[in-house]
Amino acid sequence: MKYKLEAKNIDVFYGKLKALNNINIGITENAVTGLIGPSGCGKSTFLRLFNRMNDYIDSFKLNGDIYIDNTNIYDKSVLVDELRKNVGMVFQKPNPFPKSIFDNVAYGLKIQGINDKAFIKTRVKDALKQAALWEEVKDDLGKSALALSGGQQQRVCIARALAVEPSIILMDEPTSALDPIATAKVEKLILTLKEKYTIIIVTHNMQQAGRISDYTAFFYMGDLIEFDKTDTIFTNPKMERTENYITGRFG
Amino acid sequence: MTNGEKNRLKDSIFKYIGVFACSIGLILLAIFIGNIIYDGFNRIDWSFLTSLPSRKAEKAGILTAWSGSLWIVIFTFIIAVPIGISAGVYLEEYNRKNKLTRLLEINISNLAGVPSIIYGLLGLEIFVRLSNLGSSVLAGSFTLALLILPIIIVATREALKAVPSSIRAASFGLGATKWQTTWYQVLPAASGGILTGVILAISRAVGETAPLIVVGALAYVPFTPKGPMDEFTVLPIQIFNWVSRPQHEFAINAAAAIIILLAITFTMNGIAVYFRNKWQKKINW
Ligand SMILES: Nc1ncnc2c1ncn2[C@@H]1O[C@H](COP(=O)(O)OP(=O)(O)O)[C@@H](O)[C@H]1O
Ligand SMILES: [Mg+2]
Repeated sequence: MKYKLEAKNIDVFYGKLKALNNINIGITENAVTGLIGPSGCGKSTFLRLFNRMNDYIDSFKLNGDIYIDNTNIYDKSVLVDELRKNVGMVFQKPNPFPKSIFDNVAYGLKIQGINDKAFIKTRVKDALKQAALWEEVKDDLGKSALALSGGQQQRVCIARALAVEPSIILMDEPTSALDPIATAKVEKLILTLKEKYTIIIVTHNMQQAGRISDYTAFFYMGDLIEFDKTDTIFTNPKMERTENYITGRFG
Repeated sequence: MTNGEKNRLKDSIFKYIGVFACSIGLILLAIFIGNIIYDGFNRIDWSFLTSLPSRKAEKAGILTAWSGSLWIVIFTFIIAVPIGISAGVYLEEYNRKNKLTRLLEINISNLAGVPSIIYGLLGLEIFVRLSNLGSSVLAGSFTLALLILPIIIVATREALKAVPSSIRAASFGLGATKWQTTWYQVLPAASGGILTGVILAISRAVGETAPLIVVGALAYVPFTPKGPMDEFTVLPIQIFNWVSRPQHEFAINAAAAIIILLAITFTMNGIAVYFRNKWQKKINW
């Protein structure tokens, strides 16, 4: 079976600190893959490898290869801005631009040089619908995104990522700043999105991983301890460390 | 006295010292402004604004002075604002932090504290003499532009620093280039702060006298500048000139011109405050 994304022999350093240690993983298309593990174990670092967001950190150094659709994305011929049109990202804290809802969602198209107003309108509408936000904001698209609730802001950020039609979406604890009701909405949304997108999601909430992910990877201090179908990880883990973490004995 | 009583006593003593210190400043300023308005307000009329300078105090006006100030401000703006903002953006957004840039940053902060007459001497040598601009509007504008550049650069950097990095991350995450991120997201989000800094810098330029005297602005110019290469005078120099004359009528003229100058700077500072408040209200992350 071919994987959508593959990490091969990944070591990551921040200066002298080794943040990831010989990671090998294959990520399945149109599925949700959850990354779990205690704080500081390298989940975010690993996630940011796939859209090269670590490149801005001066001390960051990578060994190994990351493949998306069989292309090594750290190859010199790869354009980072092109890569990110294919790999969208949703951040931990909702971070809408201080602009209208419409401008937020349209921004990714605007920077691609797209001017066709009708085209942009349809895309914005589609993206907001996919993000399950359209009904709530369709009469207020000119309103500042900052005036929305936290949960709505996060869905604006998801719509913003969807509008450029990526095939992969990276999410770094997207519900950690939200209340339980907003969290439930976003989780439901993620389950519908996997039909069209390949999703990798970091979560430190194990129940959440259990609810939404098809595959789960357990990281511990820079090592990938175990990676398998979520059911297997939760009911029949092979490693004692995983079991201890799942059952809440540490972490 | 218990310890608590001592502390409370200290507290109230300090409060009275504070109130006293504030009121001295305010009272002196109020007396000064009241005095000026009492002396000069009745002197202000249409012909005062539209007359050329004259040896006769009652015929003299400030036409050349305020039009000279206007020319100077416009050219100073054109020169200093694009360079200042670009430098601020470069230092804050593009620059990698290393020893050289730290040295550059410290020096820019220091430049903001250099006495303005030093800029005048620099301007005299570089613009008036070496660049052969003479004592022209352009030479004066370049000199004042140098003077206010550090203010604009520092204000730009502060405003950019206040933009949260999560905005940059969001933009990069969508495939925006550094330039697109800066141009479409970071600069607009910082525009209120930058604008405030620019207005304050320009209002500083309006009031500057010493560097322009060194550059060779004339106190008596019987014509308004027709172009950037013409000689000029400015309001503060006209005031200085009138104040130094023995006749009382000229002192009245000076008071009237001071009112005009104060009105201009107060208005500009007011606009700056307005934009800053509006900007802070609009954006709370
Ligand atoms: N920008 C950075 N510079 C230096 N070290 C970092 C940076 N980001 C993360 N680290 C370190 O790398 C390790 C993994 O961090 P991270 O990937 O954020 O973990 P997680 O998301 O699992 O909490 C931690 O030890 C952290 O301190
Ligand atoms: Mg993290």
